Amino acid sequence: MDLSTPIEYDHFREEVRSFLQENLTDDLREEGRLATNVFPNPERSIGWQKICHQHGWAAPNWPQEYGGTGWDLIQRTIYSEESLKANAPGVMPMGLLLCGPCLMGYGTDAQKSYYLPRILSGEDFWCQGYSEPGAGSDLASLKTSATRDADDYIVNGAKIWTSFAQHANRIFCLVRTSSDGPPQRGITFLLIDMDTPGVRVEPIVGLDLVNEQNMVFFDDVRVPQANRIGRENDGWSVAKYLLEFERGGTAFAPHLYHHLELIKRAAAEELTASGERLADDRIFRRKFAALEIELQALEFTEHRMRAALGRGEPPGPYASLIKIRGTEITQSITELHIETVGQHCLPLQPAALVPGNACEAIGPEYAVTAMPRYLNGRAASIYAGSNEIQRGIIAKSVLGL
Amino acid sequence: MDFNFSEEQQMLLDSIEKFVANEYDFETRRQLAHSELGFSLANWQKFSEFGWLGVPFAEQHGGFAGSMIDVMIMAEAFGKVLVTEPFVPSIVLGGRLIEALGNSAQRAEFMPPLIGGKLQLALAYSEVGSGGNPACVATRAVRDGNGDDYVISGEKLIVLNGHAADYLLITARSSGDERDSEGIEIFAVDVKSEGITSRAYPTVDGLRAADLKFDEVRVPAGQRLGDPKGNLNALETVIDEAIVALGAEAVGAMEVLVKTTVEYAQTREQFGTPIGKFQALQHRMVDMFIAHEESKSLLYMAALRSLEGGDVAKRAASALKVQLGKAGRLVGQEAVQIHGGMGMTDELNVGHYFKRLTAIDALFGSHDYHLERYARLS
Repeated sequence: MDLSTPIEYDHFREEVRSFLQENLTDDLREEGRLATNVFPNPERSIGWQKICHQHGWAAPNWPQEYGGTGWDLIQRTIYSEESLKANAPGVMPMGLLLCGPCLMGYGTDAQKSYYLPRILSGEDFWCQGYSEPGAGSDLASLKTSATRDADDYIVNGAKIWTSFAQHANRIFCLVRTSSDGPPQRGITFLLIDMDTPGVRVEPIVGLDLVNEQNMVFFDDVRVPQANRIGRENDGWSVAKYLLEFERGGTAFAPHLYHHLELIKRAAAEELTASGERLADDRIFRRKFAALEIELQALEFTEHRMRAALGRGEPPGPYASLIKIRGTEITQSITELHIETVGQHCLPLQPAALVPGNACEAIGPEYAVTAMPRYLNGRAASIYAGSNEIQRGIIAKSVLGL
Repeated sequence: MDFNFSEEQQMLLDSIEKFVANEYDFETRRQLAHSELGFSLANWQKFSEFGWLGVPFAEQHGGFAGSMIDVMIMAEAFGKVLVTEPFVPSIVLGGRLIEALGNSAQRAEFMPPLIGGKLQLALAYSEVGSGGNPACVATRAVRDGNGDDYVISGEKLIVLNGHAADYLLITARSSGDERDSEGIEIFAVDVKSEGITSRAYPTVDGLRAADLKFDEVRVPAGQRLGDPKGNLNALETVIDEAIVALGAEAVGAMEVLVKTTVEYAQTREQFGTPIGKFQALQHRMVDMFIAHEESKSLLYMAALRSLEGGDVAKRAASALKVQLGKAGRLVGQEAVQIHGGMGMTDELNVGHYFKRLTAIDALFGSHDYHLERYARLS
């Protein structure tokens, strides 16, 4: 057992640092600092991706043969740590992290050579059409239908919680092609151009007043069969492959330490009712310490998962555990943030969250992101398989219940 | 970052697992806990023959130059069967303190018989109101005006292995106020010395401890360890190491409780179905599983950080202890609850693991003490 990173990676870390130093503009750094949502700002995220792409670094998690960096787990961790430290904008996940891997696993050569380069370059902006009004946690009960018509499918139905569909030119969808047998068996994975006639996007405004989510309606939308990934009725396998690929890629801890630092800075400025610095208040210090300890447990669980992956073992029980605890701790930290800044969390000031904005923030700068992050953070235990679903997965697949 | 055990560590683990599988079933443990001594001297001798008692000590002191990682591996395996032999009190606390503070004559006197299984030690440091803080010492050591002797007076509480120890390592103050970090003397004192009265008792987790009174106990200066300026630091270090060892025991115990509870829920039927099919219970068992895994993560962190020393090691030990209090309570209480009435019986092993986890929170400073200590060191 050993905590060190092998010495040969020191050089890599230096290389990453100088790349970030040279290429991150002040505006881009502002985006990283002011980010309050699960998804980064599309324009600046893709802008940053294009810069990374020129350097060959657009896809840290892709193998080299598809234009990725081919980095190992340690390199990817270093890259993500340094990017966070430098306040780089986050990655837009739908293309690079979600659709791309499905194409690599199940796409034909023609599909791969057409779509993958466009994901890398940021030319295509993907959104994910999985959930439906009647199919949330029970995803396999989805009803959006695709029926064959000559060389095409005709798609009808509706998708919901489609993040950033308003910015996307393509959507990858799970659609129903058969009602025979168990519901998972009749699902097909389809790629659809958003400008196809019959596709309509309707915005959903979140409780944080942000239009991140949408509904996407399909009304007799004609999609070539050539846009199918994998076999007909085998879309569930494609979707599951993605989950395997996705798991192990996420690490919450580095991000959350960053957020704790911001709270510490706030506590150094804020005063308690009795006039002492909040940072010196015993109750605050205990809350902060308890949360930091929870975060350390998460961090070392993430280290253990990466070590298991490095040994070639599947992420197994850890993926769901980390999703549950990562999101729970995220939410606890956003709670501590609003508690720390007190009434400064109240002004509603979306303009202050726009990088490069000229407006003067109401209240201290460390308070600007507190409430938006708290509000948006409530989604964390709901999306990507709610935490109740994750507990169900552990109960079944790990505990054997 | 690497969490693999070395080949030697795997062999060490295999040897302990083989021993406990063959010779430490739950009934045997129950009998040991009820025996006069509370553990088996024959087992202790075997521990010595297997080389286990020398693991944490340097080679020049007769040990096998292991680290806290090795201690952790051993203690986790011990924790799975609730071993009653005093590995932590005698070896981790007693032995490591002598190794850290003893001069060459003192090491030569104590280390070989300790590693050979012939000597039992106990660390007498906790007092009324000390609440886990080893700096809190009201016991006094007064230098005798006309000679080299010290005279010790005071009281110590819950001295683990105090009932079986041949020698006590006693903290006593030669200067300063009750909570000062300097002025703490440590003496190695024969338990049979004049002026020591001992009241031994079983603890709730099936182990033994003693409350000790020192009434002008005369100790030659040659029995004095270390230096009152640096003793507190060494004390904190060995106590933090004991926390890692105890944490490993707790992680082992939690693993057994999670497994036992899941197995019970799969077989126990009510309303015509195994109770493990009820989602309300499934999610609670998942939370037990998570609590165990997170405890293991902090255990690894604390063991690895202990190799670095300093405040980093102290903070990590306190973080682990906070987690043990929280997770130990959750896992123990839920195991009892899900076992229903059977969980409340002495017959089933569940209650014994529950009590051990409860005791671990109370030892070496509770969850609250360590949360405060962690915050202070931040």
